[in-house]
Amino acid sequence: MKKQFDETILEVKNLQTYFYTDEGISKAVNGISFKLKKGETLGIVGESGSGKSITSLSLLGLIPSPPGKITGGSILFKGEDLLAKTEKQMRSIRGNEISMIFQEPMTSLNPVYSAGEQIAEAIRLHQKLGKKEAWEKAVEMLRLVGIPSPEKRAKQEPHELSGGMRQRVMIAMALACHPEVLIADEPTTALDVTIQAQILELIKSLQKDLGTAVILITHDLGVVYETCDRVAVMYAGRIVEYTSAKELYNNPKHPYTIGLLNSLPRLDMDQDELTTIPGTVPSPFNMPKGCSFAPRCAHAKPMCHESVPDLLTLDKNTEVSCWMYTSQWETDHTIIEKVGIE
Amino acid sequence: MALQLVDKKILLNVDHLKQYFPIKGGLLGRTVNHVKAVDDISFQIYEGETLSIVGESGCGKSTTGRAILRLDEPTSGNIHFGEKDLLSLGKKEMRKIRKDLQVIFQDPFASLNPRQTIGQILNEALAIQNVVPKEERKARIEELLGHVGLRPEAMDRYPHEFSGGQRQRVGIARALAVDPKLIICDEAVSALDVSIQAQVLNLLKSLQKKFSLTFLFISHDLGVVRHISDRVMVMYLGKIVEIADKKSIFDNPQHPYTRALLSAIPVPNPVHKRERIILTGDVPSPIDPPSGCRFHTRCPFAIDICKSRVPELKLSEQNHQVACHIID
Repeated sequence: MKKQFDETILEVKNLQTYFYTDEGISKAVNGISFKLKKGETLGIVGESGSGKSITSLSLLGLIPSPPGKITGGSILFKGEDLLAKTEKQMRSIRGNEISMIFQEPMTSLNPVYSAGEQIAEAIRLHQKLGKKEAWEKAVEMLRLVGIPSPEKRAKQEPHELSGGMRQRVMIAMALACHPEVLIADEPTTALDVTIQAQILELIKSLQKDLGTAVILITHDLGVVYETCDRVAVMYAGRIVEYTSAKELYNNPKHPYTIGLLNSLPRLDMDQDELTTIPGTVPSPFNMPKGCSFAPRCAHAKPMCHESVPDLLTLDKNTEVSCWMYTSQWETDHTIIEKVGIE
Repeated sequence: MALQLVDKKILLNVDHLKQYFPIKGGLLGRTVNHVKAVDDISFQIYEGETLSIVGESGCGKSTTGRAILRLDEPTSGNIHFGEKDLLSLGKKEMRKIRKDLQVIFQDPFASLNPRQTIGQILNEALAIQNVVPKEERKARIEELLGHVGLRPEAMDRYPHEFSGGQRQRVGIARALAVDPKLIICDEAVSALDVSIQAQVLNLLKSLQKKFSLTFLFISHDLGVVRHISDRVMVMYLGKIVEIADKKSIFDNPQHPYTRALLSAIPVPNPVHKRERIILTGDVPSPIDPPSGCRFHTRCPFAIDICKSRVPELKLSEQNHQVACHIID
């Protein structure tokens, strides 16, 4: 089961994506860093508003501007900074070297072109192929993603296909140019569980065959556990924990991760009452000064409300952004106790 | 627990319920075919329990809920609520009985009027059913908001000022307003983030205890269902394939579809290893469902009889009914 990933293909350093709106500045992605290695699957999990989808759009330079803007950091793809590229250069990377699958296949497919035409278009955009060859390749891709009678299906329009089938078309399109990085943003959220199982299995097996590195963005902790090698947990625009998928479940560190796992209704155990995280995610226009999770955290101390903890490396595999794991934690503790005594 | 249920009073009895939706077509707009959304199902809900209906899109779980409320008029069958035959009631009587039958929908934003304050929304529910005299309504609304964990100030605010979880609390308060007996929760927590979902699930459970409510809980999320239910009913293409106690269905699922469904869910637990049954293909169309057992086209264990004869729902063990030829 143990896999070794050495070569870093994508490295995000201190990425910041802000939205400038009438209501104020929303720091949707607020200084995140992670590495993606060749052939690896990285999961990015978080709840609505955590910034996980904005992260993926930032990687591809798809942030609507205005109001959005990448204000800092760098995205190194094979050593080159994507943020320094022109739109034209980006266009040759998008869909070719880095491609993406979205949540809702119906809205991301063009309703008036057949499935085959759309895949062929993506192929012809990036490769010097004739119309006929591109079509043949499209049909072959549809076969690869497990669509029965692909010759017939290629001629059908998206509305004639089922949800699972449409998502397969999206995957075929995304993989048509053999990208090195595939970003899948909630690829199975709109699908039924039995179809979800098919699609995840498909992504896994294609990844194995083609050696693609995958970034899987999801809110489903079960999906992450079964498909990812490493996981970044996001909360309010920051990564709070960055570790291996196994470690995340066996030994979660950040109070938010622990809370999230505890509030999950489980199939594998009986729970009388779910442990909840009190409160709600803070408004992006009114972020707490310190750790953004502090207002909901049971362990929070004065220092948590004061300043944001750095992403701390606990061991080779785990990074966590929480004051609890720093040396200052104990000293702060004594301060509280003294206050308590007085 | 399982044994006690037998003595429990039946609150709702659904008997041979069918819900077909006509498909109009052709030049004259004649009915050319039917979508058989719910095709001849029978089940009971006992007082004070939570019965969940699970299944994938198009299996008829929401249609069943809507048919019970007569939001869509069922094609045939009988629904008895206590002593009353719901389908024979006139419009006025039906409105009266809706006091006892409430519903919470999936999308709390779409089901709350954006131009009304929370106070007005709740007041309307109270006024229609006239359960509380006018002068006591304000106090009642405050009490309701308290039950669902909202502050009394919420009364003067509009739905858009609330988060998804809070809006769902308003939806729950509205359902509770008229002291219902049965609440149908149609994907009531599906749109919420897990941390908020857990809060709402705990709330529903505690309200059930407090007001001895009966829930019909419709959901596609089996984790949620396992948490909240007493009994679980699995549907596939308009038919019931299995009904059993929660424990029985999760520990010992019998129908191949239930087994596939349960095995398809990713579980974050290395100890919990289940052999995954990956079903091939998609759910067939409910317009022209497969003959015999509707699952036979995707069933890895299908035999000849499955193609020709519809399996009946039979008791396989205590409080566990399955519709499958192989199990007979």
